[in-house]
Amino acid sequence: MARGASTRQIEHLLRRAGFGARPDELDYYGQLSTAQAVDELVNYQSIADDVDTFIGKAGYLGTTSNGAFSPQSNITDSRQRWLFRMVHTDRPLQEKMTLFWHNHFATAYSKIAGTYGATEGARYLAAKPSEDPGQVRGQIEMFRANALGNFRDILIAVAKDTAMLVWLDGRTNTKAKPQENFAREIMELFTMGVGNYTEPDVYAGARVFSGWNLQQPGNAADGSRHYEFIYNAAQHDTAAKTFSFPIYADGNKTIPARAAADGMQDGVDFINALAANPNTPRYLAGKLWRFFVSEFRDPDPAWVERIVSVYLQNRYEMRGVLREVLLSPQFWDPSSFWARYAWPVEYVVRALKDVGWSGFSASTALTPLANMGQTLFEPPDVAGWDLGKNWFSTGAMLARMNFASTLTSNQKFNLATAVKNAGAHKTADSLLSYFLDQVATSPLDGGVSSELANYLRATGAWTATDAQLQAKSSGLVHLIVGSPEYQFV
Amino acid sequence: MKVTRRQFVKGGVAAFTVTFAAPEFLSDLARAQGARTRNLVVLYLSGGNDALSTLIPYNDPNYYSRRPTIAVPAGQVLQIGTDSSNVALGLHPRLTGLKQIFDQGKLALVQRTGYENQTRSHFLGTDIWSTANPNDSSGLGWVGRYLDSLPSPVDPLIGWNTTGALPHVLVAGHTSVPSIPSAAGYSFSSPNAGAEATAERSSAIRISSHVPVDRPELAFVYGTAREALATLDRVATVAAYTPSLTYPNTGFGQALRAVAGAMAKSIGTKVYYVTTGGFDTHSAQNPNATNGSYYTLMATLNDGLLAFYNDLKNQGLLEDTLLVSFSEFGRRISENGSQGTDHGAASVMMVMGGRVSGGLYGTAPNLNTDPKNPTLENNAGDVHYETDFRSVYAQIAENWLGTNAASVLGGNFKKAGLTFI
Repeated sequence: MARGASTRQIEHLLRRAGFGARPDELDYYGQLSTAQAVDELVNYQSIADDVDTFIGKAGYLGTTSNGAFSPQSNITDSRQRWLFRMVHTDRPLQEKMTLFWHNHFATAYSKIAGTYGATEGARYLAAKPSEDPGQVRGQIEMFRANALGNFRDILIAVAKDTAMLVWLDGRTNTKAKPQENFAREIMELFTMGVGNYTEPDVYAGARVFSGWNLQQPGNAADGSRHYEFIYNAAQHDTAAKTFSFPIYADGNKTIPARAAADGMQDGVDFINALAANPNTPRYLAGKLWRFFVSEFRDPDPAWVERIVSVYLQNRYEMRGVLREVLLSPQFWDPSSFWARYAWPVEYVVRALKDVGWSGFSASTALTPLANMGQTLFEPPDVAGWDLGKNWFSTGAMLARMNFASTLTSNQKFNLATAVKNAGAHKTADSLLSYFLDQVATSPLDGGVSSELANYLRATGAWTATDAQLQAKSSGLVHLIVGSPEYQFV
Repeated sequence: MKVTRRQFVKGGVAAFTVTFAAPEFLSDLARAQGARTRNLVVLYLSGGNDALSTLIPYNDPNYYSRRPTIAVPAGQVLQIGTDSSNVALGLHPRLTGLKQIFDQGKLALVQRTGYENQTRSHFLGTDIWSTANPNDSSGLGWVGRYLDSLPSPVDPLIGWNTTGALPHVLVAGHTSVPSIPSAAGYSFSSPNAGAEATAERSSAIRISSHVPVDRPELAFVYGTAREALATLDRVATVAAYTPSLTYPNTGFGQALRAVAGAMAKSIGTKVYYVTTGGFDTHSAQNPNATNGSYYTLMATLNDGLLAFYNDLKNQGLLEDTLLVSFSEFGRRISENGSQGTDHGAASVMMVMGGRVSGGLYGTAPNLNTDPKNPTLENNAGDVHYETDFRSVYAQIAENWLGTNAASVLGGNFKKAGLTFI
């Protein structure tokens, strides 16, 4: 097999298309060329999807729960399971795109739980069909299953998703009183973007989705009772709906009047139109650029148009789009390396991969993540998290430094053992080089590594005793992981 | 204020600046030289507050016909009199504390605030209210621009954002505002103790003093780390604040407690940002039941503000404080099929403080459904603005902050009669 990619390139690829690299991932992908590595990441179907079976096993990131671990019904456990997957999955791009969709179609647990209770809230967001008596597939499982799926199919699934029907009030959209919330956001935030639709489009869109409500099949006794999508013909507005943009391929802007029984087709026609509208891939491409390529420079217009045409040529298949993104020269340009502010979950998961997870529980990361501004399943609003430099308030920066402290404190013994096993413990300088190599950062600003060396010498002569190695290794790695240079991916 | 030669000599630069900027009020420099400080608290009601459920035109028959299930019964509202157009108005029944403050003349309600062609988008709307610029809402926040106008060097604790992420209204060009969601959690921890921990902390401080060149994004993160480490000790004094009363145990209540603490401990902060959310009441708005969603929103708002007001009063800080609220839009007049309301246009702003001239400003909308009704827009669906929201900002900028409103707001928005401060 061709060995084309440098460690630097593989690390870049795995920071963006994944959550950083475990040592075994570095070894594996390090044997591949960049194109082979991209293929491997994009075509993940051939890799076993068995990551959940390792939860609770020795040698993996731990979890802590009240009673049995119940990610299908307890949101704290759902969050831990997702963090576990981010650390241990062998399908990193699938998990990364799941996070992308979670932010894109941002749905918050608190409203679902406020409507149907905490257990149901976790269920509609995070349950797997195999673990739910009513075979409920929570929203995040739908995104995982469609991580590189067809964008039109994702939009249909989102429009019928139980959590979304609660979150944006579709469940109460009736013919007498159409509900605008979902109709507005599907155009503003999910597809074309603001400026490409009008207020009357919002009102017409609300009528399109009238009757896209919820029903509650199953029975209470065996726990199978659950809310799920129903097209309620009696609540559908059957009149024609006209938009300011084309709905049909011939340019026709009007969804015709239809019998109530056939009215569900309105929503399908509308979603087809949104998926086919070139403003949709243009809007998506901008987000993909900032997520995968760079936040330091504006999207390259030629790149955006390339993504738009790949999206349209492949009939909205995201797998082809992502392959294009990850193979693009702009992605591999060295100016894109480290050119994105790390999201809190990216920061936490990469720190776990770099520093170590043995003996650490995912639950310990949940409060720090909240303090950094990112609680999974709880985006601040339907527009998702405020990205980029917005992550870096002073309070959030302190929370990052303090998470680094919590983690290195927990990993003291492991860090000291590792540096000793590598034979790099004999001098302060060798220890410094070892850890700067293990815990990669964007290039350190001039003078920072001598400050780190000064820290290692600050409290006395180098003795390399176990006590000193534990104190200095943890203190040093705390400073590195808490450094500004580490806050980029 | 007429400045005599004697005052000038005695007051030095302070007296000079007073005549120069805002005759009646002290400049920042003046305050720096021992005069009392002035605090501005910006309150954001996130989601688009339904002004018609906050301040209710309880004698308007259209209010009841257009809101058959979510209108507040006339007998329940807290009557606060009539506005200049002779419309009788009442506060939501849960706003008993705000009624007290209103009765004490320290709460101004500015009706129908908004702007032309108001957006119904949460995000664009919030950006517009934050930047005070309906044409280009991508720039700096209006409070951020005010902070940028202060004479350097500006104290790193000049502002205090009580949320985890910096809101757009505080985004400045060269002044950074710390985000301190919890004073108690605002500390630097270490995996080690004793001398090791001390060495680590000094090392972190030394590293953060670097200013990377030609790497603006990295320099930004460095700046954040530096500001955080530079303000830890003063913030710790706020964590030790004992208020004169118990604040409600809500995020909003606790944020206001921290604000009062920062004021009482005189740590030098002048601008604060607080928020309370959940106002996007598309469904089950239910302003009448005690567990209804709008009722709960009003409870959070009322109890937090009342505790804050009384605590400041007890600490002798009320005269130094002005709080102003905004929300991205008001809501549709007619209720929707989900017993809620969709995105609308003009809303109501609140201004509260010890030196506020309380009362009702502006006029209430007439809710009749005639498409030509001049107080409404969107085929009489939404409330049309009467007072440009920037006129409220302008009044605060000039008469409270003592700055040039036109330069902070990018235009002259002063409006006659808007004399709440």
